[in-house]
Amino acid sequence: MTAQAPALPTRFSSRFEGIDRSLPVWLLAALALVFLMALPLGWLALVSVSGEQGFTGAHYLEAFTDPQLRKAFWNTLVMALWVGLGSLALGAPLAWLTARTDVPGRGLVRGLVLASFVTPPFLGAFAWVMLAGPNAGALNDLWRALTGAEGALVNIFSMPGLIFVVAIYTFPYVYVMISNTLELIASDLEEAGSILGASRFSVARTITIPLVAPAIFSGFILSVLQALALFGSPAILALPAGFHTITTQIWGMFHYPPRLEVAAAVSIPLLVATALLLLVQKRLLGRRGYAAVGGKGGQRRRIALGPWRYPAFAGCLAIMACAVFLPYGILAKAAFSRAWAQPLTWDNFTLRNWSFTFFEYGSTREAIVNTLELGVMSACVGAALAALLAYVARRKIIVGHQLVSFLALAPIVIPGVVLAVALFIAYTRPPLLLYGTLWILFLAYVTKEMPVGYSQADATFRAIPPELEEAGRVLGAGRLRVFAEVTAPLARSGIIASWCFIFIGVIRELSASIILFTPNTKVMSVVMFDLKEEGQFGAIAVLGIFMLVMTFGVVILVQRVLGRDFMGVRD
Amino acid sequence: MDQGRAYGSKSASKSASRMLLGTALIVAMVVAGAALAQAPSVEAARKEGKVVWYTSLAVSSAEHVAKLFEAAYPGIKVEVHRTGSQRVLQRVMQELKANIKNADVIHTSDAGHFVLLKEKKLLMKYAPKGVEAFPAGFKDPQGYYYGLRATITVIAYNTKSLSAAEAPKGWKDLLAPKWKGKLVTAHPGYSGIIATHVLAMSHLYGWDYFKQLGQNGVMIVQSAVDPAGIVASGERVVAVNGGEYTFYQTKKKGNPLEIVYPKEGVPLVVSPSAIMAAAPHPNAAKLFTDFTFGREIQQELADSEGLYTGHPEVNYPSDKPKLKDLKLLQADPEELEERSAEIKKRFVEYFGA
Repeated sequence: MTAQAPALPTRFSSRFEGIDRSLPVWLLAALALVFLMALPLGWLALVSVSGEQGFTGAHYLEAFTDPQLRKAFWNTLVMALWVGLGSLALGAPLAWLTARTDVPGRGLVRGLVLASFVTPPFLGAFAWVMLAGPNAGALNDLWRALTGAEGALVNIFSMPGLIFVVAIYTFPYVYVMISNTLELIASDLEEAGSILGASRFSVARTITIPLVAPAIFSGFILSVLQALALFGSPAILALPAGFHTITTQIWGMFHYPPRLEVAAAVSIPLLVATALLLLVQKRLLGRRGYAAVGGKGGQRRRIALGPWRYPAFAGCLAIMACAVFLPYGILAKAAFSRAWAQPLTWDNFTLRNWSFTFFEYGSTREAIVNTLELGVMSACVGAALAALLAYVARRKIIVGHQLVSFLALAPIVIPGVVLAVALFIAYTRPPLLLYGTLWILFLAYVTKEMPVGYSQADATFRAIPPELEEAGRVLGAGRLRVFAEVTAPLARSGIIASWCFIFIGVIRELSASIILFTPNTKVMSVVMFDLKEEGQFGAIAVLGIFMLVMTFGVVILVQRVLGRDFMGVRD
Repeated sequence: MDQGRAYGSKSASKSASRMLLGTALIVAMVVAGAALAQAPSVEAARKEGKVVWYTSLAVSSAEHVAKLFEAAYPGIKVEVHRTGSQRVLQRVMQELKANIKNADVIHTSDAGHFVLLKEKKLLMKYAPKGVEAFPAGFKDPQGYYYGLRATITVIAYNTKSLSAAEAPKGWKDLLAPKWKGKLVTAHPGYSGIIATHVLAMSHLYGWDYFKQLGQNGVMIVQSAVDPAGIVASGERVVAVNGGEYTFYQTKKKGNPLEIVYPKEGVPLVVSPSAIMAAAPHPNAAKLFTDFTFGREIQQELADSEGLYTGHPEVNYPSDKPKLKDLKLLQADPEELEERSAEIKKRFVEYFGA
């Protein structure tokens, strides 16, 4: 967007002097949102009540009375709440340690959190099958070798196993929220407390925690929402154990003969549940938003941990071992092994998995190209759209700017599977037949990532004082020109960050893709899931490692070129 | 070009019919059909440039067949889209509903799919070259689909964990409580092989068999290919089903795995192949179909994949039992089609997912 915008004002300025030509642009952006959301969700609601003749409530009746579905609803709820709590337990201490203390290796830990964030949850789940499968898992093997025990230390094919694996890939959301907030709180408030004689504990209780509470709570809600919407990890860990979550059930309804109407009817309660969660968040937080801790950060002094420095560091590493070292270790081993469960000896070493994946398996190359294409395209369009919308809403440029903000954030309540069901229904029929093309995936990704991109862009514009723009306007520049020449350069790094967030989100997306792909529009995550269902461990490991390297490569490249750590950490 | 030959052979058969009796007419029609089958034009196929193959053949085997075809007919690419039988059907139906015509050749292990597709008039009538010699179980009487390969479903166990004496000998042995937490099954909602297996087994022992088996905390995987890997890795000790050919391949690779052929009978799974009526590359599709049903590929499927085939001239590896020495349990395609939803529903009821 930063590349396009400057061209606009110069091209039109001579002909339309005096009119604020930006209005159509803003309106168009807002309209795009309506089309991304209103049309698919409208169809979803309609299909959920349509029967053979006219309207019917039968599908809802089935959704709520079918014992299998009820079990799945319950499982989803249990998993999501525990994942929320688990993510807090992992993310909050880690954020505090890296943001406020002198724990060693802070940069390293942040890098590892990024690695965990970039890892698609289904890939992590798959790696953990190899680590903690009750009989062949490497960790359980080790446990038996060390203790001589008969049984397993952990059984990953269980509800606790599922919760654990989902939490270690969801906590980065909590981490980013809390560490960003902690970075914003000036330590002078806390120091004032100390000077007035409060103990370290009561400073934490009366000053720090209340200030961070909104972030903690938002992080919790966000993790719960992520877990609710997750498809890959339950498919890999819950199905073998003989239980479903609602996402795997919805996916199952697409199997032949499809039961689209029931899928729609099950989707709507899920949609309502997420919407309610966000409403609760708003109510509970009241007016204490980020503004309470906003403003320009003052001095921050790091808390000396003393003798706890290294134990704390070890704790950080232990978490990261679960999320990054162990999984990628076992993936690397599987990628080079004939048989992944056997020791990696010379006899077991092979490059066959690599040659198979890249030279024999026909879907690989197309999937990589599709994934990169969609990732870059969605990130560019998404970041541009998010920036425009955030700007419109923050500067209150059009009537109904609150609506723009609401719509941009609204997709956060739509789980990926539900969005996919809605898009599938809306775009497999005229006038817009998008199913079978990359466009339907593109729509899904842009919609799904809009809230993240928008929040990031909004935070960026909030930090840019309007006075600078007003100066530009006073000097006679149009709105778009000011945007291009004053605002955009200032907002550059923030917009890059939202680009990175969207890009990563697209690369690791599975829950919507699994419903919207066709054989010609496969993406990497779908290919990996296909291979998983056939038990091709070696090939998945190869693709997983390739995917991590690719994502990191792109993100680092973008950051290098533009010079900013996109997780919003200042050093 | 095809058209010309088709007309030519039809008129030839007509002139024959005037001279011969009714039975001879039928013979002539068959000959004409064979002549027609021999007719796919390589030129026309090459012009189409590729053939799109929706297949449930294990991915490495499928890519292997594709490479052999591409080597035999340079300039015609095979686009392999491999997934489980039920997903293949799902894809085809979803795409047709959205008016996408992508698939040329479809191949799954659920013969019921082909009954359904034939009824919906989605298949092209085409007899691959030489297929007359295949046994009856491999041929659709109306000539729309033919069995490309066959396998049986068996029990397999990990030889590191179990001796031959300890291993289960028959299907009913798997119901013993001592196997709790040690078993793995593939899923009829994914795999056509397993859907066929479940139907055939339900005829042998009734649904009660699966109900009891479900009590043993069986791990559920999707593809009939997967149990082999699970057992080889030691994650579970015994596979209660799975495609025999995948166990055979896994064992051949040196994994600690042994196959049990229960003498009460083993379900035979014939996996049909057909050309879609709306195939975008019909000539390449015919050429590819002829190629895959030819002696060379059928022998290759037996040699490198450990599959059984309908081709009478195929020789099997000496370490595999002959089909005629096994008691085979058959599943009727029509019944498989009719009861497909029930099979999946019951499986979910007994096994949880």
